[in-house]
Order: sequence, then C-alpha cells, then structure tokens
Amino acid sequence: MKTLAKRLLVAAAVVSLTVGAAHAHRAWFVASSTVVSGDNPWVTVDGAVSNNLFFPDHRPMQIEAITITAPDGSVVKPQNATVGQYRTTFDVKLEQKGTYRIAQANSGLNASWKEGAETKRWRGTLAEYTAQGIDKKPGVELTLSSRRVETFVTNGAPSDLKASGKGLELTPVTHPNDLYAGEEITFKLTDNGKPAANVEVVMIAGGDRYREEAGELKLKSGADGTLKFKLENAGMYWLEAESKGTASMEGKTLNSMSTYVAVLEVLPG
Amino acid sequence: MRKVLMLAVPVVMAGAAQAGTLELSVEIPKLTVAEYHRPYLAIWIEDANGKVAANLSVWYDVDLKDNEGEKWLKDIRQWWRRTGRTLDMPVDGVSSPTKPPGKNTVKFDTAKGSIANLAPGEYKIIVEASREVGGKELVEIPFKWAPGTETTASASGKEELGAITLKLTK
Repeated sequence: MKTLAKRLLVAAAVVSLTVGAAHAHRAWFVASSTVVSGDNPWVTVDGAVSNNLFFPDHRPMQIEAITITAPDGSVVKPQNATVGQYRTTFDVKLEQKGTYRIAQANSGLNASWKEGAETKRWRGTLAEYTAQGIDKKPGVELTLSSRRVETFVTNGAPSDLKASGKGLELTPVTHPNDLYAGEEITFKLTDNGKPAANVEVVMIAGGDRYREEAGELKLKSGADGTLKFKLENAGMYWLEAESKGTASMEGKTLNSMSTYVAVLEVLPG
Repeated sequence: MRKVLMLAVPVVMAGAAQAGTLELSVEIPKLTVAEYHRPYLAIWIEDANGKVAANLSVWYDVDLKDNEGEKWLKDIRQWWRRTGRTLDMPVDGVSSPTKPPGKNTVKFDTAKGSIANLAPGEYKIIVEASREVGGKELVEIPFKWAPGTETTASASGKEELGAITLKLTK
C-alpha cells in the first residue's frame, strides 16, 4: 500500500497540472502512418486536444509528457518537436522492427468541496492535501484521476505490447496495428492491471466535421474486461473509455476516475 | 508383389514435386493519368484456409538508393499483412523490378521453391497491385493443384490490373 501511495504521490507531483485541463475535449495523437516498412522508416505525429477529429482547433499536447516506447521497451525521444498554437508535431524514427507506443499518461489528485453556493477545487499531492487542511473541508471529495492517451505504429510485423498496469488501459487481443474493416476486433480493458468490467467505451471515426452526427459507436466491456466489436468502414478512429470507482491511499478511500484514449487505424479488409 | 510395386510408383511420383511450369500473364493497363508510376505488385498462392502457401513474386523499385522502394511495400496491403511484413527484403527469386504497362509473363518452375512443397488441393493465386498516387486492386484466381495435370484459368481486374491468366503445364 505504501509503495502505491508513494508512486501516486510522485505522479501527482509531476503532472497534476495537466489533468483535467483537456477533459472536456478530445485528446489524440495521429501518426502519419500506423504501418510502415523499409529501413529505419520515420513517421510524423500530431498531438492535439480538439473538438473535431482529427483537426487541431483547441490546444496542443504538452510535449514534456509524451513517452515513446520502442518494441524492446526502451524510451525513444521525439525528434523535430514543435509545439504550435493548436497542435504539437514531432517525428519518430523507427529503428527497431515491431510496435512503438506513443503515449501521454498522467495522474493526479484533485479535491472539491462547497463553500456556501460556491464549489471550490484543489489539486496537489496527498501530503499537501493534509498539510493544507483540505481534508478538513466540509464535504470534501478527493479524487484520483488518471488519463492515458496513446497511439501505435508498427514497423514490419506487430509485436507484443505490455500494459503499464496503471490506470485504465487497452490490452491487445487483436493487435492495434492489425485492425481491418469487417473483421472482429477484440481488446481487453484493464484498470490498474485488473480486468475492467462494464466500462463504457465510445468510438468515433475521424472526419466528424463532415457529418451531421458524430456517429458514436457505444460499447461496453464484459465481465472479464473484454471488448468485442466489428467496424464496417476503414478509417482513423478515436476510442475513449472512462471508469469511475474508488481507490485507497494510506488508509483513505477516495474516488478514482480513469480515462483512456487510443487512436486506432482500421484498414480496408 | 512386384506388379503392385510397379503400380505404386507413378502414384507416388504424382504426389511429389514434379517438374512443370506455373506461368502467369499479368496485364498492367496503360493509364492516362497526370502522374504515372508503375504499380508495386505482389503474387502469391493462398491455401484453402487463407494462409500464404507460396510467395511467388513482388515487383517494386528494387534499385532505389537506401532501399527507398521498401518504404512503400506496406502499400501492397494484403500481401504486406499476410507475408510481406515478416520477410527480410529483398528475397532472392521473389524480389523483382517493377514492370511496364502491357502483358508481363512470369514463369515458375513447380519443382523449385515454395511451390514444390504444395500439397495437392484447392488454392488461389492472388495478384495485388498498388500504384503510387493511384489505386489498388487485388485479383484472385482459384485453381486446383494436381501435379502432372495441365490447367488454364483467368480473371480480370477493373482499374489497376487487366487480364490475369494462369497456366499450369507439365
């Protein structure tokens, strides 16, 4: 328990500012290609938080929080990174064969309580929470939020992807770079490494700007966290899942909210 | 006893790899487009379960600097998914330069390479073309593989591929 709390404290300290900031909009990474071939291929990636998919119109992704993991588990630096007004752009050189994960994962603590008719909000670490007396506020609700936004790029044949074991995540049964229109796709959702049952998942195809309705595909994970579906059309899809529950830190029970976003390319079958 | 053995011999022969030719004529249509590049094209044999049984040919820009041609191999999508992505390019006897519009005939010795290992049965020969700044098309020709018999079969594409004719000769 103590190590978990410690880990959460560290995470909260580092990235507490980014949590929640983009929650009302859609965060995404879109790679120029999700399947690449040849010697040392490159992809260029856009990262943004926007209303329409996948058109940057609100905020860029924060470059510091982006982690690119190579097939062998090593961390690769983004190259030629630029943070623009609406989007962040960077390049990735894929020197290894297999699947690269491009992700932004963060977590933090936030609290809210009422002072009269006003709702007060606070962000910080668990130590600050008690030190600043936030825990004594009347009717205070403490929530541990975590969010992961990611996409995948494969050079050559797809390779295994390891779950981080933190927050809500998608574990491949069908590889995320091996998705085809008209074929069944199976994923497993996990929350802190455990099967995430009955989690609501929304999928939206890119290009919603040109449609009257976004055409949300609503799905729900099964008792073992399994998510099974079929997509009729090829395209770039945005998947979002959210789970709410409780977590326990240093004997305190608190709310937990975990969001997961993946951008997945579905190729013509 | 001896008679039985004599009879058995030709049967065994028929089941094993036997010299013969698999000839495929692939027509690449002449297209009037602003920017034309010869298609990248792959030819393979698929078994009844949809598995790649023999990887016959892949036509791409084999001679570009820094193996630049390999960068676009993933655009021969079905081939890439089924076999290309696990290969270490170039592959001897499989990699070949792109071909011009017109009828291109390729021949394979059925006693050599992966065709030699085909068990008799139902197969499909698949031709997939993908053209830079152009379209993609895949044409399948089902055929029965019975070594020692001669067969002709054909199919035709609509946009990126013309007539495809398969000839199996002894």
